[in-house]
Parts: sequence; structure tokens; C-alpha cells
Amino acid sequence: MRSGKRRGRGRGAGKGDAMAAAGGTGDVGGNGEGGTVGGTGDVGGNGEVGRGGTVGATGSAGENGEVGGTGDGGGNREAGGGATARGGGATGIRAAGSGAGRGGDGSREQSMVPPAQFRSYYGRPVLKPPVWEWRIPAYFFTGGLSAGAALLAAGADLTGRRALCRGCRLGGFGALAVSSYLLIADLGRPERFHHMLRVAKPSSPMSVGTWILAAYGPGSGLAAGAELLPPALHATLPGRLARAAARPAGLSAALFAPGVASYTAVLLTQTAAPAWHEVRRELPFVFTGSAAASGGGLGMLVAPVAEAGPARRLGAAGAVAELLASRLIERRPGLVTTAYTTGRAGRLRRAAELLTLGGAAAALTVARRSRPAAAAAGLALLTGSVLQRFGVFAAGVASTEDPAYVVVPQRERLEAKKAEERA
Amino acid sequence: MRHGQSFFGPLADPAADAGHRDHPPRVGFFTDTSVCIGCKACEVACKEWNDVPEDGLDLLGMSFDNTGMLGANSWRHVAFVEQERPLGRQDAGLAELPTGPSTTEAAASVVARALPGTPRDGGDLGTAPVHLGFPSFDLPGTDADARERTDFRWLMSSDVCKHCTHAGCLDVCPTGALFRTEFGTVVVQQDICNGCGYCVSGCPYGVIDRRHDDGRAWKCTLCYDRLRGDLEPACAKACPTQSIQFGPLDELRERAAGRLAQLHEAGVTEARLYGHDPDDGVGGDGAFFLLLDEPEVYGLPPDPVVPTRDLPAMWKSAGLAASAMLAAAAAVFLGGDRS
Ligand code: SF4
Ligand code: SF4
Repeated sequence: MRSGKRRGRGRGAGKGDAMAAAGGTGDVGGNGEGGTVGGTGDVGGNGEVGRGGTVGATGSAGENGEVGGTGDGGGNREAGGGATARGGGATGIRAAGSGAGRGGDGSREQSMVPPAQFRSYYGRPVLKPPVWEWRIPAYFFTGGLSAGAALLAAGADLTGRRALCRGCRLGGFGALAVSSYLLIADLGRPERFHHMLRVAKPSSPMSVGTWILAAYGPGSGLAAGAELLPPALHATLPGRLARAAARPAGLSAALFAPGVASYTAVLLTQTAAPAWHEVRRELPFVFTGSAAASGGGLGMLVAPVAEAGPARRLGAAGAVAELLASRLIERRPGLVTTAYTTGRAGRLRRAAELLTLGGAAAALTVARRSRPAAAAAGLALLTGSVLQRFGVFAAGVASTEDPAYVVVPQRERLEAKKAEERA
Repeated sequence: MRHGQSFFGPLADPAADAGHRDHPPRVGFFTDTSVCIGCKACEVACKEWNDVPEDGLDLLGMSFDNTGMLGANSWRHVAFVEQERPLGRQDAGLAELPTGPSTTEAAASVVARALPGTPRDGGDLGTAPVHLGFPSFDLPGTDADARERTDFRWLMSSDVCKHCTHAGCLDVCPTGALFRTEFGTVVVQQDICNGCGYCVSGCPYGVIDRRHDDGRAWKCTLCYDRLRGDLEPACAKACPTQSIQFGPLDELRERAAGRLAQLHEAGVTEARLYGHDPDDGVGGDGAFFLLLDEPEVYGLPPDPVVPTRDLPAMWKSAGLAASAMLAAAAAVFLGGDRS
């Protein structure tokens, strides 16, 4: 259960609006008196415009004078922004839920957003919010890290960078081991994890991913095993075999690594969660970029400056790809962007962006000269990647919890279709 | 693995598409909400027959709806919507009373305010207890004058898994636990499901969910066991008004079209069908509805689309991203300084 996290902030999406003052007034005001439903406490945390409150107030006053909006649409919810942004939308509607009326007109403070009057069933979610918890976004990070490291290890092996190769092989396999734990522990029935292996199902990204991991794992494991071989065994037959197998094993891991890094994006986009499904073009680039950035970060941590050139460049390139794709998501038209830029997701992703940007800049400059600087840059890239995954995950969850994300775009689509038919 | 399985668009015979030969006709439900009286016999019959555990004995404040949503432990859910307008030409029996704002909005706002504080924002409804603060000493609407009642209508609708032609849950299931039966319905095999939870996010209707104490995913089976024994599903059997009608899907679609025409003729112009159209985003539902307001008012998505529709586009984008990553990894070792 994710309790307590609901105290999100109602960050308005429409920036620069001057209605901050309308923000949180304590609790809901007079019920039934047709009007003064205030926002709720939390609004405006973050020093942001307390759009939630505004909405609460306007939205709810509602044309019919019904008690409308529950202040919390904006203030309390994490999707808050979303809720609020779309203004009366989420909030007014949550209240008007039983369908008696339209939501209030919160759109008036929201010039850039389409009017979002929508109805819902008591403000209840339409979709089931994911049952996945922190382990899934954590796995996205460790899986991506393992993939990025495998690529670096293979290149380092071929170009004779021993320390980089060894560190990335070991780190990559370690991350893979953690990934397996995370994946299995998140199942409702962990002891049945092998049921994944009874089918190969192209329509299920999780099934495809299972097989990609199955193809990737042995190479990663074998290459790491060779690194761990005690010197005493090097001369024995098994020792010689293992050492000879290390390079092909590492190369095979590198071959499957991009699949490991990218399939997780499809895993998310092939869901009904609007914030994931709608960014299906961009998300794979966010994820592979993030994977490359974290792999580069690991390389900078484990290898001396002299060997870590490729790690620095891969880290920076990944960071740039991730940041660009992430910006594209934020530029998308429509409601879904709000899920990424507000609430918990917005905060996580802003922090991720700063760390990634800083890490990349350092990788190309100071990290070329000083080991401590390289380590710091590496850590920044790694942390940025973690936060990016959790941010993307939070956006998807928020978009299922607030019915606005489901109803508003679908309703718009329907109306557009109808208008087209009429024309 | 079967070949040429289709992921989107109209599909005449989903059972055959899934590899069943010589199979019975596709069956489903037509739920005519215009005659539903909200007795919840369907909910009870379903729980009884299928041994569905309790989903929490709560008072939710959603009119007479104390189930809240479909879920792992609620395979039928009767929604209650109160609206300040009469139903067709019905007489709500309030004509002589003073009018004014009804209390329904007040109640709704209390619920809407409480939902975001609950686990999964109310997504646990239908699966586990969700406390919205009822009963309390401040019952919703008690501050409004009892005489201030408007004419109003009550919409009731028994929701159920749609047994989609293109089922998001089934497409994403990585274990094969979810499968298409010979009747064209969608069922979880409980001995296979490992509780990965993917189906929960794959369903565009928010139907299937994972049981907390059991770890597996559960939903309506359209009484697969009864179908195989030539019985109709328990809910349809129990429904006293024939709001829930069971039968071959083709026949149900005809019947629904007739009922719609009849209602329109009688002046109930707001009547509409939902989920009947094979051209919709899920290829048409096996369980479809006649509604008296927009679907979202009942908690249904207005225009659901199976996520699998975009499968090729999604993999294409992932393929591009993966190739770019591989190319970048190669590039960082080529050229540049040897450091
Ligand atoms: S996608 Fe949802 S509504 Fe469709 S069959 Fe699966 S659980 Fe039922
Ligand atoms: S939870 Fe069970 S039924 Fe649902 S997708 Fe996973 S294995 Fe399939």
C-alpha cells in the first residue's frame, strides 16, 4: 500500500497564473451552500500556484450551486496537477460525479488547456491503478544499468581496457542478479515465476522480455564468472575454458543488452494507463538513454580516468538522448503531459533532469582529469537514472488514479469522431 | 503459438482466432440497464456460485452502492447514480413536495473527497475494504433540509467484465493463464497465474485485479463451468427483471437494437448502446450494455482502446531506440582518444 503519499501538491500546470491566493484554504467549506468549497490544505506546496484550491473553489461553486468540487482535486491528489490543470475538471467532477451536472468551470484559469468538463462515477478511478510497487521501477533501473554495463564491458574487452571491462562485467551481472530478485519478488506468487517460461507470447511484452532476459543472462553470468575466477584455477582446464568463453559470452550479452534496455518501455506503453500508453514513441528512447547514462556512470565509478573515456562518452550520449526524449514527452499536446510534469512524478523527473544534466556535463569536462570528479559524475548519472524510472512510473500510476486522464481524452476523441461523421 | 492472430479491429470469431475448432457460438451478456431495479441479485448469485470472497463490508456513501467497483472480489457491480432529472416520463412521487437542491451532490462530494486518501485512490474498491469515512455522525447531506428534494432519477447498472473481442488482459498475460475459451469468453486459469499483475494494467475497463491475500488475478469467468454444463451464468439466472440477458452474441445484438428502437420511440432519447459495436477500440464487447447516460457517468470509459492496437508501432520505436543504443556504444569506442 502506498499510504501517506497522497499528500501531493496541487501544482498548477498553467504557469504564471496569478490566482495563487485561491490556494488551500483549510477544509471543505459549507456543504450544500452552493459555493464555497475551498481547496484543501496542501495546495501550493512547493511554492507553486495553488491551482488546486482555485479549482476547488470555482469548480465547485458549480453552475447549479451544488456543492462541487472537493477541494482536493487539486490540492490533495498527486495527479493533482492533472486534476487541477484540467481544472474544474477533476475536482469539480469528482464531486459532480454521480452525474448530476457538469463540473465547474475550472477552465477559466486555464487558458492553454482544453475545457475539461467531464463526468465520472463519484470521482472514482475508471482504470485499476497498477498493482506493481517500487520493485518494478527499481528493476527498470537495474535492468537498464546491467544492459549499459554489458555494452561497455564488451567494448572494453575488445579494446583492451581491463579495469573497465572487469568492473562493468561484475557490475552488470550484479545488477542483473538484483533485477531477477526484484522481478520475482514482485509477483503475487513468486514460487510460480517459472510459469513465465511455459509460453512465448509475442503479444505480451513481459513474455518477450522474459525471453530476452533468458538469452541475455547466461552471457552476462559467464563473463562475470570468468572475472571472479581465482588465479589458482587459471591454468586448469575448466579455468582455461571459462577464460576463453568470457569474450564470446560478453559479446552475446552485449548483443541482447539493447533489447533488455528497451523492452521495458514497451512493457509500460502496452498498458491502458494513459500516461504510459500515450508516450509510446518517446519512452523507449528515455529508457535506453537512461540505461546508457547509468552504464556510463558505472564505468566512471569503477575504472580509472585513463580507461574510462568510452564510459564518459556513453554516459553523456545517453543522458542527452534521455533528456531530449523526456522533453518531447513534456511537449506533447493533451492532458497526459500533466501527469509527467506535476505531483510526485514531476518532482522526481525534475530532480532526475538536474542530476543527469550535471552528470553529463561533468563527464565531458572535469571527469576527464580527476577520479573523484569522475566518481561524482558517475553517481549523479546513476541517481538521475533511478529518479527518471521512478518518475515515469509515478506518472503512469497518477494517470490511472484520476479519472480525468481517462475520460477527458476519450470523450474528446468521441466528440471529434461524431463531428467528423456529421460533416 | 497461433499464427495470424489479430490484435485489433472487427473479428467475426474470436474463438476460432484463438485456435478453437468446432466450437459453440460466442456467448455474452446484454445488460439492459433501463429495467435494472438495483436489487443486486446478480452480485449475490455470482458470489455464491463462484465462491468469491467478501470485498469489505463498508458503507461507501455512493447511494446504495457499497461495492464501488469491479475487482478481484467483485465480478458483478451494481452502480447507483442519482441525478436531478426525471427518467423518461416517470413520476418520482415527489411532485407535490417543495423543490430545491437535492442532497445527492452533497453525498457525492463527500465520497469524491475521501477517495484520494485511500489506497490506489479507490482502485481497491471491489477487491478489499476501502474506508471512506462512513458511517460517521455526519451522514452525507444531513445538513440539507429534508424537505428540499428535487425530482430525480436513479440510474442503476450492473457492470461486469466485458469479455472483449480483443482483450487487453489476455494479450499481455505472460504465462498464458488468461485464455480465450471455446465460447469466446476470457478466463484466468488459476493454477497457472503467477500474479505478475500485468493484466491489471492491460485492461482498458479497470476490471481485473489481484487478490491481496492470494496473489493471483481474478475476474468474471462468465461462469465457464456452468456454460460447459449447459447452464446460463448465475447472475443472468438470478436477475428478476431480465436486465441481464445471456445468450449467443449475435442474438443479443439483435435484441438490443430492438430494445433501443423501442425506447427511442417511447421518448427515452437518451438511451444508447455501449460496447455493442465491432468497430470500436476493442473489437466489440462480449458483454455490452444499454445505458441511459454517457458511459463515464457509470464509471465506464467512453472510448476504450485495447493497448495491443499499437503493438507494431511500440516495438518499432523500441527497435529504433535499441539500435541507437548499440550504435552509440560502438561509436564511443571508435575514434576519439584512447582513453
Ligand atoms: S480486458 Fe478487461 S474487460 Fe476485457 S476481457 Fe479483460 S478483464 Fe474483461
Ligand atoms: S496476473 Fe496472472 S492472469 Fe494476470 S497477466 Fe499475470 S499471470 Fe496472467
